[in-house]
Amino acid sequence: MSDHDHDHSHLSKMDARVRALESLLTEKGYIEPAALDRIIETYEHRIGPQNGARVVAKAWTDPHFAKWLEEDATAAIHSLGYTSRQGEHMVALFNTPATHHMVVCTLCSCYPWSVLGLPPTWYKSPPYRARAVSDPRGVLADFGITLPDGTSVEVHDSTAEIRYLVIPMRPDGTDDLDENALAALVSRNAMIGTALL
Amino acid sequence: MSLPDLPGLNLNEGEPAFAEPWQAQAFAMTVALHEQGNFGWDEWAATLSAQLDTDPTDDGSRYWTHWLAALEALMEAKGATDAAAIAAREKAWHDAAARTPHGEPIVL
Repeated sequence: MSDHDHDHSHLSKMDARVRALESLLTEKGYIEPAALDRIIETYEHRIGPQNGARVVAKAWTDPHFAKWLEEDATAAIHSLGYTSRQGEHMVALFNTPATHHMVVCTLCSCYPWSVLGLPPTWYKSPPYRARAVSDPRGVLADFGITLPDGTSVEVHDSTAEIRYLVIPMRPDGTDDLDENALAALVSRNAMIGTALL
Repeated sequence: MSLPDLPGLNLNEGEPAFAEPWQAQAFAMTVALHEQGNFGWDEWAATLSAQLDTDPTDDGSRYWTHWLAALEALMEAKGATDAAAIAAREKAWHDAAARTPHGEPIVL
């Protein structure tokens, strides 16, 4: 009953294209397939927003760490074992009742991988990249956020050299929680500045 | 255009890093090539940006396609390969798939 015309494998266009580049570059010694597997494993399982959430929870519970993070975020984050492969500087942006911080990359998709993993699709979309700067309150409304009139919005444009991590305000009523429980409250979007906690 | 108007754009948490395996391969190749010193990350960002600028109506769903095109362009500029070689090899992979019984690994 099998249709012999279809009894073979099929590669999608993009699958074949990526295999083409990978096999060419492997033959010329530019890359090693095993190294690629290690990178994918790292980004799929070990690097993600949970890293950034730990940075935030520590900043909420340890004033010395918070001060360090404010003065030298690259070193403070590195001390927790989260290091960047791209060598960029990290800047921590502390939300306050007066100022809400929001992060974008108008150029492409620069993002603090070491603490947030890879960016969500919306972060990479042209409408977000354009409107985050021209109409930040409108974008926040898209995410269901309305800020008080007295809160100003500061938008920070990431580059290949500088990446930003938003430190959201600690929610009320969380005095009894330890660092682990606090970390569980911190969402990815809150660390980009498109969610409140 | 507001963000929720874009089909397939999930504003919430929980999106996987890669929707399809080829995206992970393209990403990993870029990181590996950078780590081996083939290009600076600023150089990569500029190349990716130029490629993304060619498609202002993308809702983000073509992001990885542009990523791979940018990587091809950058490695071409480095003299590592060229468009003709990539096209020929792409066809070779499709041909290999066509002669591989379903369920077996595809090899060139």
